[in-house]
Amino acid sequence: MLKTKDLLGLYHTSAEEICEILERTAHMKELLNQGKKSEKTLAGTALLTLFYENSTRTRTSFELAGKYLGAHEVNIAAASSSVQKGETLIDTGKTLDSLKVDFIAIRHPLAGAPKLLAENVKASVINAGDGMNEHPTQALLDMFTMREKFGKIKGLKVAILGDIKHSRVAKSNLFGLSKLGAEVYMYAPATLMPKEIEKLGAHVCRSMDEAIEGAHCVMGLRIQLERQKGGLFPSLSEYSKFYGVKDAMLERADKNVIVMHPGPVNRGIELTPSVIEGENSVICEQVTNGLATRMAVLSLLREYRENNL
Amino acid sequence: MKYVIKNGSVVFSDGVRPCDILVEDGKIAKIGENLPAEGEVIDAEGLHIFPGLIDMHVHLREPGYEGKEDIESGSKAAVAGGFTQVCCMPNTNPVNDNAVVTTYIKYRAEKVNLCKVNPIGSITKGEKGEELAEIGKMAAAGAVAISDDGRSVMDSKIMRLAMEYANDFNIKCLCHCEDENLVDGGVVNEGLNSTITGLKGSLRAAEDIMIAREIALSESLDIPVHICHVSTYSGVEIIRSAKARGVKVTAESCPHYFWLTDDVIRDFDTNTKVNPPIREEKDRQAIIAGLMDGTLDCIVTDHAPHGKKDKQVEYSLAAFGISGIETSFSLSYTKLVKEGEMTLSQLAERMSAAPARILGLEGGKIEEGGVADLTIADLAAKYVIDGEKFVSKGKNTPFNGTEVYGRVAYTIVDGDIKYSAK
Repeated sequence: MLKTKDLLGLYHTSAEEICEILERTAHMKELLNQGKKSEKTLAGTALLTLFYENSTRTRTSFELAGKYLGAHEVNIAAASSSVQKGETLIDTGKTLDSLKVDFIAIRHPLAGAPKLLAENVKASVINAGDGMNEHPTQALLDMFTMREKFGKIKGLKVAILGDIKHSRVAKSNLFGLSKLGAEVYMYAPATLMPKEIEKLGAHVCRSMDEAIEGAHCVMGLRIQLERQKGGLFPSLSEYSKFYGVKDAMLERADKNVIVMHPGPVNRGIELTPSVIEGENSVICEQVTNGLATRMAVLSLLREYRENNL
Repeated sequence: MKYVIKNGSVVFSDGVRPCDILVEDGKIAKIGENLPAEGEVIDAEGLHIFPGLIDMHVHLREPGYEGKEDIESGSKAAVAGGFTQVCCMPNTNPVNDNAVVTTYIKYRAEKVNLCKVNPIGSITKGEKGEELAEIGKMAAAGAVAISDDGRSVMDSKIMRLAMEYANDFNIKCLCHCEDENLVDGGVVNEGLNSTITGLKGSLRAAEDIMIAREIALSESLDIPVHICHVSTYSGVEIIRSAKARGVKVTAESCPHYFWLTDDVIRDFDTNTKVNPPIREEKDRQAIIAGLMDGTLDCIVTDHAPHGKKDKQVEYSLAAFGISGIETSFSLSYTKLVKEGEMTLSQLAERMSAAPARILGLEGGKIEEGGVADLTIADLAAKYVIDGEKFVSKGKNTPFNGTEVYGRVAYTIVDGDIKYSAK
C-alpha cells in the first residue's frame, strides 16, 4: 500500500513503497506484453494531465496508461487554459476538483507546484516533473529498467552524467536508487552540479573515467541548449568533448552495462549516435517501461483512494 | 497628565532595578523607590519596564499597497508588538523618493497617532539605482535615513555619491546587501536544501560581496554606513573585522535569522521565503554571537506584511517577506535572554538604545527628563504564536505554533498608553 494520496517525489517515498511500485510495474508490463490494453482497473475514474511545459513521451505515457486501464482521460495544456488569464494554481485545482477528477498528472516549471496543488485538491496528484525538484515516475521507470536487466538494484553502480543541477530526473533517481542500495556516481561541470549533493548520498566524480569505471548503468541527461547562453558552459562542442558519452568510454564500464537517457536526446551532444543505437542502449525500452510504471502508479493510487478516502 | 508606574522592574542600561516611574506631560519626571501615587497608578507588579522599543526597519506599505498593510494597521501592529517607534522603508508605490511622499507618510502617521513613524527615503529615484533621489528635501521633510531596501545600489559610483551627499544632511545609508547578478533569481540559500527542493539558491557570497563593498566605501570615504538584515556568518565576520579597525559601520539582523535554518524550506512553506534567505545553522549561531558581542548593533524585524494571495502560490512566485513586528520582542527575549546568555539590559540596547543612537532618534533609554516612551512586558507569560491573530494585515509568519515567552502588557508613547493587553 502506498502511504499517501499523491506521488510527489521519491524523497518522501519509502523503500517499501518503491518496491511495491516496481512489483506492480512488472505486472503491468506483463499485461502489455500479452497485448492486454483493456483492463478495468481504473474504470469509473477520470485522469487529467495538466502540463505547463511541453512534453511528448511523459504526457503520452500518462494518457495511454490511463486509457489502457479504463479511465476517462482529459488533457489540459496550460497554454489553452485559464492559466493564461491569470488563474492561480490553487483555483485551477479547485475547478478540477469540482469536475470530479480523480487523478491529476501535473508538469510544471516551478519546484513545489505539484505539492501546492496536492494540498488543495481531493484528487490524487502525480508529479510529472516540477522545475529542478523531482520527476518520480521517470526515476521509477529507470529503476524498473535496471532491475529488469540486472535482477536487482542493490549494489548496482549507476553513473549519471551531464546537467545534474537542472535535472529533476537525476535527483529522483538519486533518492530512489539510494533507498534501494545502489551507488550513484555523478559527473558534470561544476557549474551544473548542485551544491552538497554528496550529502544526499551521491559520489561526485572528478572525471568521466571515475564515474563510468565498472558502472552497470550509464545515464545521460538532456542538456537544455539555452544553458550555454546562461554562461554555464562555453560551447556545445566543448560540452560534448568533455561530458558526452562515447563508445570507447563504455569499455571501462561493466561488461553488461546499459545506457539510458530520459529523452529527448540531443544526438551527438550527451551521447554519440552510435551509443544511442548501440547494443547497450535501452532508451526505447525505457519508454515502454514508462508506460507500465505509470499504469502501476495509477492502479496503486486507486487502491489507496478506495481504502482511505 | 500625570501618573505613576509602580512596583515594576526597570531595565536600565546598567542593570535591572525595582523602581517606580512618575510620568508627567509626556516625560519621565521622576524615577525612584516608593514614589507617592500622583494621579493614576499603573500597577506593574511582576512586569518589566523597557525603554520604548524601536524597529528601524519595517515596511508599512502605504502609499500604494494598502491591501498588504497601511500606516494605521502597521502602527496598531507595532504598538501591539511593544514598539514605540518604527522607521518605514521607501519601497512603496510611489516610492518614497521625494519630499511629497515623505510628508504624506508623516501626516498619515500623525493622524493615526499611535507609534512614532519615521520615514526612510530612497537612495535613488524609484529605487532604480541610477540617479540620486532628492535626499536633502526628504531629510528636511523628516526622512531619518535613506535606503533602496529590497535591492542593492549595484553601481558602486552611485553608492559612493549617495554616501557623500547624504552625509552632508547628517543621514545615513541603510544598505540592503545583495549582488543582483550573483543572486540571479535565487529565492533560497544555496546549499543542501536548495538541492533537495530544487528551489533556486543564492550564495552567501551574493550578500557578503555587497557588505564588503559598503564597508570599503565607508572606510575610504570615512562616512558611517549601516548594513541591513545580516544573514550570513561570513557577513558577520566581515563587519566584525571592519569594526575592529575602526570603520564606522553598524549593522542589524532579524529574529528569523537567529531562530531558523533553511531546513524550514523543505515543505515549500512560502512563509519562509524572505530576502536575504534564511541560511544554515552556522549562520544562525554567528548571528547570535554577533548580537552578543555587539558586531550586530540592533535587532529589527524587516516587517514585511503580505496578503494571502501573495503567499498562496508556487514558492518561486511568492512574495519575499515575513510579518514580524508582533513577534519580535517575544522571539528575541525567548531565544537570546531566556534560552541564551543575553541580559535584559543588552536586549534593551539592541531593540531600543542602538537604533536610537544609529539614527539620532529620541528615546532609547529610561532617564529622568527623557521622553516617556516605554514598553512594559510580562516576561513570564507564555503563548503560542498564531499569525491569524496578528493585528497586522500580514499574517505571513513562519513561526506559527512556536511557543515563546514575553508578552507586551503596555506600550506607552510620549506618556500616552497606546496599547494595553487588557
